[in-house]
Amino acid sequence: MNAVTETPPSAGPEGSAAAPLDLEAAYRDSQVGQVLDSLERDLVGLAPVKRRIRDIAALLLIDKLRSTLGLSAGAPALHMSFTGNPGTGKTTVAMRMAEILHRLGYVRKGHLVAVTRDDLVGQYIGHTAPKTREVLKRAMGGVLFIDEAYYLYRPENERDYGQEAIEILLQVMENQREDLVVIFAGYKQRMDTFFHSNPGLSSRVAHHIEFPDYSSDELLAIAHLMLEQMHYRLSADADAALRAYIELRRDQPHFANARSIRNALDRARLRQASRLFERRGAPITREDLETIETADIRASRVFAEEGAHEH
Amino acid sequence: MRITQGTFSFLPELTDAQIRKQLEYSLANGWAVSIEYTDDPHPRNSYWEMFGMPMFDIRDAAGIMAEIASCRKIFPRHYIKVNAFDATRGRESLRLSFLVNRPPQEPGFALVREEGPGRAVRYTTRAYACDRPEGERY
Repeated sequence: MNAVTETPPSAGPEGSAAAPLDLEAAYRDSQVGQVLDSLERDLVGLAPVKRRIRDIAALLLIDKLRSTLGLSAGAPALHMSFTGNPGTGKTTVAMRMAEILHRLGYVRKGHLVAVTRDDLVGQYIGHTAPKTREVLKRAMGGVLFIDEAYYLYRPENERDYGQEAIEILLQVMENQREDLVVIFAGYKQRMDTFFHSNPGLSSRVAHHIEFPDYSSDELLAIAHLMLEQMHYRLSADADAALRAYIELRRDQPHFANARSIRNALDRARLRQASRLFERRGAPITREDLETIETADIRASRVFAEEGAHEH
Repeated sequence: MRITQGTFSFLPELTDAQIRKQLEYSLANGWAVSIEYTDDPHPRNSYWEMFGMPMFDIRDAAGIMAEIASCRKIFPRHYIKVNAFDATRGRESLRLSFLVNRPPQEPGFALVREEGPGRAVRYTTRAYACDRPEGERY
């Protein structure tokens, strides 16, 4: 209610009356609810990430409502860092983030430009600045997603051009806050050292969001979601086999969470296809085409290695 | 003499907000925007210098506005124009082109008369600014 009494007189009779503001209507109008719902539906697990995104969405919505009363607090700094192991959904969430920010009117176009060091840093003197500017220009009005951002900074080589790219980024992040949002992504530990050695960058990134690893159950749920999108399904035994596969795969090197699962499913599709191809001549039903059997999963190298250990 | 080249040239100078609107319109139509500058105001001078590459994969006018600002900073006393190129097959030409910067003083053109054979006289125009070498004209 305090907020209402502080309304400047210029806001007109509706504004100065103690009428409650319609947060619900603002929420509905922004359609951000749909994005949040689909976030909940399409992304398995990631509870802390979803909570944080809800918080940010709420802040932006409230800010928008405040600005209708002239209680402007300036454009909030929305640059973020996403840290987490490979395959934990950083890029996917970044894409959703662009959409949420677009719905709330904080970025004008809502597209995502995903880049890595190669896209920002040049190969010789004077090459970096135009290259970085080019990328920034492309990202204006949307979200710039810098994957594996710590490669920008190479402390072992003091003549590395990465520093130049960082400086240009900093300048734009500070001066053109309303034009674009920058998201830095990478593995937790290396990002920490990266921010530590670039304090200017760290202080301009308002939201540090950490992506936890998935549990086995979550990975299985992700597998089901992926299969559903690809119009496949698992037979009952294959489901158990996939569960066993996930348990084994987790402990092996180079495990990349959801990405490993997607690769495993792609290989299972290959095996299913060649299995069906082997028995050509026999009639094939729709069910055959869309079912992945136990054998398709059990044939994986992961199980073979386990067998080898037992011998 | 205020030269009138391109779209909107008989209107008062566009403000940045108006330029941005035009750029948004161009981008919404999928046209590639480029920036060019010159200090030779002759109407037949169709080859202006390019300021950077044409901007093909840009989604928002903010990037182009920044580019215009930096061009104005480097060439504050040049003519600067913005072109919007339509790459649609069969069209492949400029759809929109307008000035966004001009020198504070434009001395205009002299009428040059050339005596031809017999009593023929041929007329042409020459920009006063072009008496001086390129880069020192305004």
